[in-house]
Amino acid sequence: MYAYIFRKLLYNVPVYLGIILFVMVALRVNDPVMAYLGKSASPESIAAMRSEMGLDRPLISQYGTFLGRVVTLDFSERSWEQKRPVGDILGRAVWPSLAITVPALILSTLTAISIALLSAYWRGTLTDRTLMFAAVLGMSVSLLVYVVLGQYFGAYWLPEKLGIPDGSPLRFAISGYEPVVAEGLRPDNWLRYCLLPVIITVVLTIGYDTRFYRAVMVEECNRDYIVTARAKGASKPKIMFVHMLKNAMIPIITHVMITLPFLITGSIVMETYFRIPGMGQTLITAINSKDFPVIQAFTAVFAAIFILTNILTDVLYALVDPRVRLS
Amino acid sequence: MAERQPILQVRNLSTCFRTDRGVVTAVDDVSFDVYSGETLGIVGESGCGKTVTSKSIMRLLPERTSFLKQGSSMLLRSAHRPQEPAMDLATAEERVMRQVRGARVAMIFQEPMTSLNPVFTVGWQIDEALRYHTDLDAAGRRKRVIEMLKLVEIPNAEKRADEYPHQLSGGMRQRVMIAIALCCEPDVLIADEPTTALDVTIQAQILKLMDDLRRRLSTAIVLITHNLGVVAQVCDRVMVMYAGRVVEQGTVHEIFRSAAHPYTAALLGSIPKAGRKEHGRRLPIIPGIVPGLLELPSGCRFADRCTYKQARCTAEEPKLDAVTGPGAAPDRAVRCHYPLGAAAVASASSSASAAR
Ligand SMILES: Nc1ncnc2c1ncn2[C@@H]1O[C@H](COP(=O)(O)OP(=O)(O)OP(=O)(O)O)[C@@H](O)[C@H]1O
Ligand code: SF4
Ligand SMILES: [Mg+2]
Repeated sequence: MYAYIFRKLLYNVPVYLGIILFVMVALRVNDPVMAYLGKSASPESIAAMRSEMGLDRPLISQYGTFLGRVVTLDFSERSWEQKRPVGDILGRAVWPSLAITVPALILSTLTAISIALLSAYWRGTLTDRTLMFAAVLGMSVSLLVYVVLGQYFGAYWLPEKLGIPDGSPLRFAISGYEPVVAEGLRPDNWLRYCLLPVIITVVLTIGYDTRFYRAVMVEECNRDYIVTARAKGASKPKIMFVHMLKNAMIPIITHVMITLPFLITGSIVMETYFRIPGMGQTLITAINSKDFPVIQAFTAVFAAIFILTNILTDVLYALVDPRVRLS
Repeated sequence: MAERQPILQVRNLSTCFRTDRGVVTAVDDVSFDVYSGETLGIVGESGCGKTVTSKSIMRLLPERTSFLKQGSSMLLRSAHRPQEPAMDLATAEERVMRQVRGARVAMIFQEPMTSLNPVFTVGWQIDEALRYHTDLDAAGRRKRVIEMLKLVEIPNAEKRADEYPHQLSGGMRQRVMIAIALCCEPDVLIADEPTTALDVTIQAQILKLMDDLRRRLSTAIVLITHNLGVVAQVCDRVMVMYAGRVVEQGTVHEIFRSAAHPYTAALLGSIPKAGRKEHGRRLPIIPGIVPGLLELPSGCRFADRCTYKQARCTAEEPKLDAVTGPGAAPDRAVRCHYPLGAAAVASASSSASAAR
């Protein structure tokens, strides 16, 4: 297994080098300095900044420098806009993102799998049809509707109705963020700033997820081993939760792992509407202000996360499916 | 023979499915007895209702789309406690059926490649049945698992128990299925085409294994097959089904010596006989197909394909009549207006040979 992981990492080194090179070239097609300073900048100031940032050196030499930084995990290059090291910027932005995406993923995956199991259990019945109708309906409604209604009802109408006092963390904020871990754990901050976006994210994804997991379960329901298990005297819950679920883990893992890198990038939509200073918003801001070092560092980190999740997915497959051999 | 109690007594079993185009009766008024230590063969072409019959006994058919007609009964007795009153599987609750399945009536299936759960070890899968039906502790169950694997002649039982189905060949997997089925010492084993998916040599091994185990454990076996050669090898009695109906039943000896139903005779005409050089020659097949359950004829269901058909055959469906005669067993019966005598059978098989 370790040999496999090592080899897989090794194979991915050229892939990663390629991605970095591509990103560097792509970011330099239009002169980043000119883009940043704008058309009115004097040629001298442009030339000065270019040489200060080392952008006048040959690409290969810049590539070498950047790779050196990646390998040593050196994120000290400064943002043009904020004048802080990019590592500092990304390091701050990642926590608000994770505070929303991780609970949202866990909650929506568990709920979707449970609903899917129930639906598959009662497949064909009114319960199943109602659940699936709700799922399709949920998928068909625009995201903006969820955000607007969620903000209105969750942050205004409901607390008013329930008479929740102003200082309570259940008075959800619709804008801003305070750290959840700051001089000790602050669960109230999480409730105030993150719970509503988490709920909206779950509602947004659950329809699609439920339908996907139900399809997986129904497919497993029709397999021969189910009949064998019933012929042994297994009860229906045993069949669902032991026999089927373990087989269904393979597609479930695939589905979850695909979304894993996006935990780090954060939900751009939620962060924008709730003004949460997470990774998504940071990236958008950086792109808008042509903050070249931030974009470049972000891409390098994101590419690495993608590659690592792929390897992790393979390892997880091998753990749940005995037919998969890592070699 | 007459005073023996059948371990399983199926009477007037009719199994229906609700389909988009109406209710179909896939198994129509089927009755048979199964005795301890004996093998009953159920034969017939594809779609004749063999699997539905066996799944009806196990009550494994979809609850919402299938039902047993009123009057169906499947009385199961206990081999260990013969004085206990028989229970009727046709009306038993699901909770009760769960205690019957795997413990008193077990089943093995046609596809050894897919019948085992791919993500659990074979040991775990045998253990599962023991967990449901015995009070053994983990160590006791492990011992029993190994014992069962040895019983079904799997070499290296300890090692194999911890392997996954994909590490085993088809024949080995079918042995594992047999081990699962027999680990709780059921009174009845239903084997639905257990060898169809296997190589010929493996087929023979599996049949022999089942036959040995039947003798040793005095299990009753219901062996479903569309291969009369298999019936001749291991069965004591046979029931021939056609389009959901029993068309003929009797001892293997009687059926092979003097098939009375034209369908049975035609099936017999289509088995390759060992010793006769059949290589490269085509077996006589029965022309035509089994009628669909939605367009069953009003008369004899075999009439379309029968070479002995007469006017009465399409007008009136024959009843399952007892065959009396010298040496006929009590439950020998045939559903035909013009059952074949010994002479007719001879001419049928000679015309079949002539066709080659
Ligand atoms: N779930 C179902 N719904 C509707 N009809 C069914 C269902 N299961 C079986 N049938 C019908 O019942 C009839 C008998 O099927 P069955 O599977 O018992 O045949 P069989 O004798 O086992 O054939 P084979 O040799 O192919 O296994 C078929 O016509 C089939 O179409
Ligand atoms: S009843 Fe008539 S058609 Fe049917 S099997 Fe007998 S002879 Fe043939
Ligand atoms: Mg079948």
